[in-house]
Amino acid sequence: MPFVSDRRLRWALNAGVLIYLVLAWLSVDVNWARVSEGMERGLNFIASFLQPDFVSRSGEIFLGLRESLTMTLTSTVIGVALSIPIGLGAARNIAPLPVYLFCRLIIALSRTFQEIIIAIFFVAMVGFGPLAGVITLAFATVGFMAKLLAEDIEDARPDQMEAVRATGASWLQWINYAVQPQVMPRLIGLSLYRLDINFRESAVIGIVGAGGIGATLNTSINRYDYDTSAAILLLVILIVLASEYFSGYVRKWVQ
Amino acid sequence: MLELKQLSKRYATGDLALNGVDLEVPAGQVLALIGPSGAGKSTLIRCINRLVEPISGTVMLDGEKLSGLRGGKLRLARRQIGMIFQSYALVERLSVMENVLSGRLGYIGFWRSLLRKYDSADIKQACELLDRVGLLSMLDKRGDALSGGQKQRVGIARALMQQPKLLLVDEPTASLDPKTSRQIMRLIVELCREQNLAVIINIHDVALAQQFVDRVVGLAAGEVVFDGRPDELTEETLTLIYGEEDWSTDAEDGEHGEDEESGDESETGDPLNNIAKGAHP
Amino acid sequence: MPLTETNNTVAWQRREPKQQLLIWAAWFVGLVLFLICWKVISDNTIWEFLEDAGVQGMSLINRMIPPDWSITGSLMRPLWDTLNIATVGTALGVAIAFPLSFLTARNTTPHPLLRGLALTVIVSSRSINALIWAMLLVTIVGPGIFAGMMAIALRSIGFVGKLLYEAIEEIHPEPVEAIQASGAGRAQVLAYSVWPQILPAFVGTAVYRWDINIRESTVLGLVGAGGIGLQMNAAINNLAWGQVATVFVLIFATVILSEWVSAKVRAAVY
Repeated sequence: MPFVSDRRLRWALNAGVLIYLVLAWLSVDVNWARVSEGMERGLNFIASFLQPDFVSRSGEIFLGLRESLTMTLTSTVIGVALSIPIGLGAARNIAPLPVYLFCRLIIALSRTFQEIIIAIFFVAMVGFGPLAGVITLAFATVGFMAKLLAEDIEDARPDQMEAVRATGASWLQWINYAVQPQVMPRLIGLSLYRLDINFRESAVIGIVGAGGIGATLNTSINRYDYDTSAAILLLVILIVLASEYFSGYVRKWVQ
Repeated sequence: MLELKQLSKRYATGDLALNGVDLEVPAGQVLALIGPSGAGKSTLIRCINRLVEPISGTVMLDGEKLSGLRGGKLRLARRQIGMIFQSYALVERLSVMENVLSGRLGYIGFWRSLLRKYDSADIKQACELLDRVGLLSMLDKRGDALSGGQKQRVGIARALMQQPKLLLVDEPTASLDPKTSRQIMRLIVELCREQNLAVIINIHDVALAQQFVDRVVGLAAGEVVFDGRPDELTEETLTLIYGEEDWSTDAEDGEHGEDEESGDESETGDPLNNIAKGAHP
Repeated sequence: MPLTETNNTVAWQRREPKQQLLIWAAWFVGLVLFLICWKVISDNTIWEFLEDAGVQGMSLINRMIPPDWSITGSLMRPLWDTLNIATVGTALGVAIAFPLSFLTARNTTPHPLLRGLALTVIVSSRSINALIWAMLLVTIVGPGIFAGMMAIALRSIGFVGKLLYEAIEEIHPEPVEAIQASGAGRAQVLAYSVWPQILPAFVGTAVYRWDINIRESTVLGLVGAGGIGLQMNAAINNLAWGQVATVFVLIFATVILSEWVSAKVRAAVY
């Protein structure tokens, strides 16, 4: 079963995609001499995964990872805490229109800009260091969490919400009894997922001076010190894996 | 005790659901509200506790005007009116006990409800009600672990937990098998007789209604077309309520019946469905 | 027992006392952990910088308003490059992720060893941010759009591969058995029973990733991998905040548009 039932339209679409891909590919000018020259470096990089160097920059790696991990945790906690009121405000079935629009605007702003861009802004505001990173990641977390939370609230069972409202519950009681039980498992699951994302992001925002392991990684790559880069990347992968494993357990537990 | 005057409701879609309904219900009366799908039965009872906002008319409960109340006053009004739902509407992730105690939300403050610190008297009452509906042993179970009939029993306990003056019951048996339906109806009517509550029951099953209620009100196209004792329901009056209604256009769909599967068993103009539609665009 | 009765008064607790205690303890540990982490952040922060953060932020915004529209024309080419990086990168990534997901799904993998290998590729690709891939690729293939496309592709493999192999693992077995029973070969089974079942997930995931990649590709220029990020970086280094604002507005519009397209397509597919 094709998606587009009109045959001519389908052909036109296919042709359009093909033409676009050709056009797009033409806009790339690959310097093949440079690529072949770099290939050796590429092989070096891959080889360095077999002999990662954890030792020679162990101090920097340790400090960078510690900073990344602490940034991850604090920013996720702050971000999730802020995303709850904003997510409530962005759910059309419980928030009045002006509040809804305001919260949706915050979400749109936070989601549009890549973390790096936000980091640049906050580094300019509060100076270099992990604080800028924490604010950046918390801000990005708000957009991510609040949007998904709001969608989840909008999908909540309306009869359960109506029933609690009918008892004469106040707004807060209504949220606590009718909405929270319905969205809690997803909220916890998403928070853990975001913890993961924040850790991965914390490994790059260091490039623009917002703290974390990113600065060390950037330096090592620029110095072609691939053995150290490989060590850092391996550690990042390992931590991501561990956190995924852990969050799988927690998710099963809160169902 | 309950007095509706010229109650009207028009939905944002332009559908007139209620058209000047007058109704008086004395204390202790069990009233069945019958009528075709989309006649405005659900809208009518939701206008009483203001889950749906009527566009005109008044609702008086024990001499107090409910229409126009806001905030805390509306809460106080709502807690006097218990409600039982077709879909049971238990909060499925909360325990049976929490669901029953949520009937007290209109009486206690936020922090105490958050920490589940209910009065000993409330807990005693909840236990008695659960015992009465035969579910005391299930109080630790989660809502979604119960069967349909059990959920409805918890729903009844929750509504009575409010110590209401009036009970609104929306299609209590539509999702249940015949035997459970009879048991649930009997339970509701018995409990209300014991406490001398006024009850309005929306119901499709006319035969079932006739066996249990004191009074039947027939609603068609948002207007009261029959009001009398159950034994006064003749074939003619049933035709008046159901027959001449063009089933392909629901009252709430009004003249512009092109609005999706009209005449569908699930009331298209039902406020619940309207909410659900809004939530799943 | 949550319900306790002592001389005629009943008490009820939501949880067993032991369980409740455990929950409070978990909250306490969480709080302590948060405070320790905050301490580390705080120790590495020069709080004096923060005193004028409000002033700095305001002056930054003041310098951004009004945006310098005069450079809009010269930004069109980088914007086109950014779109291409995202689109071609996604296409490449999806093309690689597609066979990979069949190797990874438990019900279609030819060999457990191959599955382990494919899973490793997916995990590594997912764990590493597109920007890091870009930094690496810039040192390998040189700066430019090509490095950006490859970076986007490498990052997308893991994302698309994971969602796709999960979709494959969730397919209904009956149609597969039906086709197998008709004596079809392996490729025919995939084409006639598996493929139709995962098609919506496939298109949805690809479009979703494309939407994310648009956002990601706006910053690749910061490390020299092409696109509008290059101009943004230059403007920031020149402290030309009016130009930066123009770039921001363009990015905002592009991302909103791509999100809209992606939502439309996904709604049509599911």
